[in-house]
Amino acid sequence: MRRKRIIGTIIYHILVAIGAFVMIYPLLWMVFSSFKPTQTIFATASQMIPTEWTLDNYITGWKGLQRYTFGTFFANSFIIAMGATIGTLLSSSVVAYALQRLNFGLKKVLFACVLSTMMLPAQILMIPQYLWFSNLGWVGTYYPMILPYWFAVQGFFVYLIMNFIGGIPKELDEAAKIDGCSYYGIFARIILPLVVPSLITCAIFSFIWRWDDFLSALLYVRSVKMYPVAMALKTFTDPTSSSDYGAMFAMSTLSLVPITIIFLIFQKSLVEGIASSGIKG
Amino acid sequence: MESKKTFAQKLSTEKAAGYICSVPFVIGFLGFMLIPMVISLYYAFCDYDIVSPPVFSGLKNLKKAFSEPRFWMSLRATAYFALIGTPLKVIFALIVALILLRNSKVSGIYRAVYYMPSIIGGSVAVAFLWKRMFQPDGTINRVIRSVFPEYKLINWLADERAIWVLILLTVWQFGSSMLIFLSSLKQINQELYEAAEVDGANKWKQFWKVTLPLLTPTVFFNLLQQTINSLLAFTQSWVITGGTQDTTRFYAVYQYQEAFTNRNAGYASCLAWIMLVLVSIVTFLLFKSRSKWVYDA
Repeated sequence: MRRKRIIGTIIYHILVAIGAFVMIYPLLWMVFSSFKPTQTIFATASQMIPTEWTLDNYITGWKGLQRYTFGTFFANSFIIAMGATIGTLLSSSVVAYALQRLNFGLKKVLFACVLSTMMLPAQILMIPQYLWFSNLGWVGTYYPMILPYWFAVQGFFVYLIMNFIGGIPKELDEAAKIDGCSYYGIFARIILPLVVPSLITCAIFSFIWRWDDFLSALLYVRSVKMYPVAMALKTFTDPTSSSDYGAMFAMSTLSLVPITIIFLIFQKSLVEGIASSGIKG
Repeated sequence: MESKKTFAQKLSTEKAAGYICSVPFVIGFLGFMLIPMVISLYYAFCDYDIVSPPVFSGLKNLKKAFSEPRFWMSLRATAYFALIGTPLKVIFALIVALILLRNSKVSGIYRAVYYMPSIIGGSVAVAFLWKRMFQPDGTINRVIRSVFPEYKLINWLADERAIWVLILLTVWQFGSSMLIFLSSLKQINQELYEAAEVDGANKWKQFWKVTLPLLTPTVFFNLLQQTINSLLAFTQSWVITGGTQDTTRFYAVYQYQEAFTNRNAGYASCLAWIMLVLVSIVTFLLFKSRSKWVYDA
């Protein structure tokens, strides 16, 4: 009986491990291919580990587009993703505090609006927002990709932080009030320090989404100098601009590095964030 | 006393604090969502090419959409993608979640690996990789040929097949649904299984009579979210097939091409509103069906 259990466990692990391998095979294939000499990649496609390792693909790929290296594109992506993420955290937490803790007339209406932003996907807003931003003269700048996020436009972050604030005992607010703290002081001194765990979850998701956001870059960025990585990569991998697949795989791999590192470090808060709020990954 | 409050005192009431703290959202909601949507509703009834001012043209854009074959084909491609891709993704997520529920020292690693594709799946890098894998001289064909030398190369990205490549890409990203299933599975009261066992129900019966009914709210949530996401897919279609094939030109891509390639901003606004109506109808129908199959404890 015991032996049967052990055999069962072994079979389970073998099957699950094979499944896991199949799941990440495409990614592993890309990473290993990026270290193969570029002309051998497809001839040796069925063999994953390179026989001859090389960094040439990274060196040629890094040269980038026109006069700009991928260093520029990475810096651009960081500026956009960080700018949007910081704004999201600050604005979403203030709004979440108001909607969760304070009583005022239009609270219910505003909460309904927050929920409606969760149901309204970006692709529906794509054209209306573009036309609006082009009237404002924002096309060709980073404004459309950063500024809106300073105004809590992503309902799920507000919602996620609201739920978290809901778990903080109200006695803390009341004690602070008795000690003479204003409603703003309660937010800054009591609530904000305590919601840091949920802010970390929000920060990770926000950063990853903004890093991967190809559509906004396609709409709003005009000059190569301002390309974020996603946009540069799309241009770089177009068959019309190059046929150096080694370099393309190398830069594709690099573009995934920041997200992968964040994922590995914060895996636990990510998993908990999805499980508790059900936001998409 | 009450009426003679100073300005600073007025600002520090609970009501005032509530409004002041909500200001960011009010500005964001009005300025970046409501106003653009309302203005585009006007554009939807105009001839507008972005450069010159809009000219009112009545129902012309709406009539154009309904008579344009490309409009119907993009709807068809999107519906195909959503109706096949979403259920497959949710079923897959549930099966893998059930398998990974078993605890072991490495279950955290398994979970991370199975979730990995979802976290990077929306990126250009993955879409490009997918394209290279399924091209006629791509990885998939080469690998199959190295095992079966007789194999005749298939162009996976040809018209009638390309949609399946996109569906496979979205099903591959079942990770976030899987995590949501895992967390609900862990919340199921174990005593229910013990009771079922006493009644003589085997594992198979336990799944259908206990697990699945209790999971229906989660199934509903995943279906709703993934359906809306797939109705609006853009990057995959844009990068992999370039938006050139009728079979894989998704609605969002069609809208983009009309606005920017053909400079029909009025028509594209009309398309955005049609999609908003369609998404609302789908959401409404899903909610309507809820009471029929979702078990609420």
